[in-house]
Amino acid sequence: MAQHDSEHDIAAGSELDTVAERTVSAGTAVAVPSGAFENPGSPPDRIRATDLDPKKEKTAERRVGGLFLFSIAASIFAIVAYIIFPIVPGDLSSVRLNNLFLGLGISLALISIGLGSIYWAKNLMKDGEWEEHRHPTRGREETREAAAEVFRLGNEESGFGRRALIRRSLIGALVVSPLPAVVMFRDLAPAADPVALLKSTVWDKNVRLMRDPSNTPIKASDVTLGSVFHVIPETLANSEHYIEDKAKAAVLLMRLKPEDLHVSADRADWNYQGIVAYSKICTHVGCPVALAEQHTHHLLCPCHQSQFDISHEAKVIFGPAKRPLPQLPITVDSQGYLVARSDFHEPVGPSFWERS
Amino acid sequence: MRTKSSTDARRRQTGRRHPLASIALITIGLLSTGGAYALLTTTASAETTTATQQSISEGQKLFAANCATCHGMTAAGTEHGPSLYGVGAASVDFQMGTGRMPLAFQGPQGAQKPPQFTQQQIDDVAAYIASLAPGPGIPDEKWLTGDSNTALGGELFRVNCAMCHNVAGAGGALTEGKFAPALKGVEARHIYEAMVTGPQNMPVFSDTNLTPQDKADIISYLKFLDENESVGGYSLGSLGPVSEGLFIWIFGLGAIVGVTIWITARPN
Repeated sequence: MAQHDSEHDIAAGSELDTVAERTVSAGTAVAVPSGAFENPGSPPDRIRATDLDPKKEKTAERRVGGLFLFSIAASIFAIVAYIIFPIVPGDLSSVRLNNLFLGLGISLALISIGLGSIYWAKNLMKDGEWEEHRHPTRGREETREAAAEVFRLGNEESGFGRRALIRRSLIGALVVSPLPAVVMFRDLAPAADPVALLKSTVWDKNVRLMRDPSNTPIKASDVTLGSVFHVIPETLANSEHYIEDKAKAAVLLMRLKPEDLHVSADRADWNYQGIVAYSKICTHVGCPVALAEQHTHHLLCPCHQSQFDISHEAKVIFGPAKRPLPQLPITVDSQGYLVARSDFHEPVGPSFWERS
Repeated sequence: MRTKSSTDARRRQTGRRHPLASIALITIGLLSTGGAYALLTTTASAETTTATQQSISEGQKLFAANCATCHGMTAAGTEHGPSLYGVGAASVDFQMGTGRMPLAFQGPQGAQKPPQFTQQQIDDVAAYIASLAPGPGIPDEKWLTGDSNTALGGELFRVNCAMCHNVAGAGGALTEGKFAPALKGVEARHIYEAMVTGPQNMPVFSDTNLTPQDKADIISYLKFLDENESVGGYSLGSLGPVSEGLFIWIFGLGAIVGVTIWITARPN
């Protein structure tokens, strides 16, 4: 960039600007005559030590060179480290050493180039302040006319305006071509009605409660006082959408002393001799609520500290959750294994728009 | 046993042929099968059979001197401490072996501290408590070796334990000042006993929920974590976004701010 070159607005590489002289900078909001702006009151230029002392200049030059040479060394180190610390299949700690030294080498190599460049610019490249005018955005009339001429000629030679069949069929083809993408993206939406999916889980009448992850059924007598079982439905194993179904159906099974339970009349047969099952999915934003305290009967959600009181039908006693955890009605089958009486009576997990 | 004859007995001159041999064999057989049965049925009954009366009376003295203030002279509990009937030797060994009992003070949660009794004294108190009512006994050594299925143990740990104790066993906060302690360096025996007895607010993971083999797998996973350094480099306490976020906010952003200031500062 030229200094004190105020006669012309010079933009490097712009051929047009060298042709004609301008007196105002066109295309900008404020037209400032060249060289006519006021000193904003900045302090006068300070002369750098490297500008005055050739010795210091030499030192700075060596520093920049040193950083660039260090970068070369670091790059070579990265290559050597990659060979010295190979990734041994099955040995995870070898991956760690390999990544560490390779990454260290590459980072140091790139950072040294950056630091060297900045040090160079700050200490050795030309310092001081100068005017630099804005490049006008509007081209000159001849340029604009030449551009229009190119289009006119193109139209004439190709016959785009004249040959209506080609023009219209081409426009039609371009309009239709994105349609396959629309069909494709449409398929990303859930095939079934998402509201129905949110309102039900795979729990159903007589579905056994199984231990997660061993998938073994649980006898009522297995659930000793103070126990917490992490439960999945028996039918989950055959599910086509295992993860999605598990995410909705995960249940926490606990046994309290029957006198500790405060059961409302319409839920009288939802527990089995003090064994209760509650959805593990927080009604706030759906984190798994599984931090169970044996003596307080509180469940704590680790994400936002909502607390639910299992002895009072999982009512919210603290935190941002608004609704209690849905209860899964349970009983035992003829063989003494715990089974669900039905699905949950309300949607599990956080609120959604269509949840009534 | 074949019916013995006097000629046989004289010729072979072996104890097996002695007239009392059959009775002795039957007695030994009954004792060993009975003993093995007692050992194998529950570890609790094994504990009670091996505890000597002397140990129990020693334990009773220690209990009266150190524990009875809160738990009552008969261990039936008072308003300051729960009843210890049925908690078993495992509970005593865990609570006293990790120094949680006797409590230093009443608080949200008994803190771990250096044990105040020798293992012999703890065993005596455990024998006394186990003699009051049956409960979970000291776990068998074979579950504590830490060399069973680490991968399955990891899965069981993530399902049953990780929500409170953190996936890397680094511990975590509970409500009202309670917390799940870190599991690094905890003895295998104490891990097993904690699962069986559910100390303080930890739920009970009885053998009908996690079989002894499951517990051995979980212990193996925790021992694996103890013995193997984090493959991802420095783990910052394995606390997840808390410590990692703090680190990157202080050092990462700090470095960016520092470099920005250096870039824009005028050289001298």
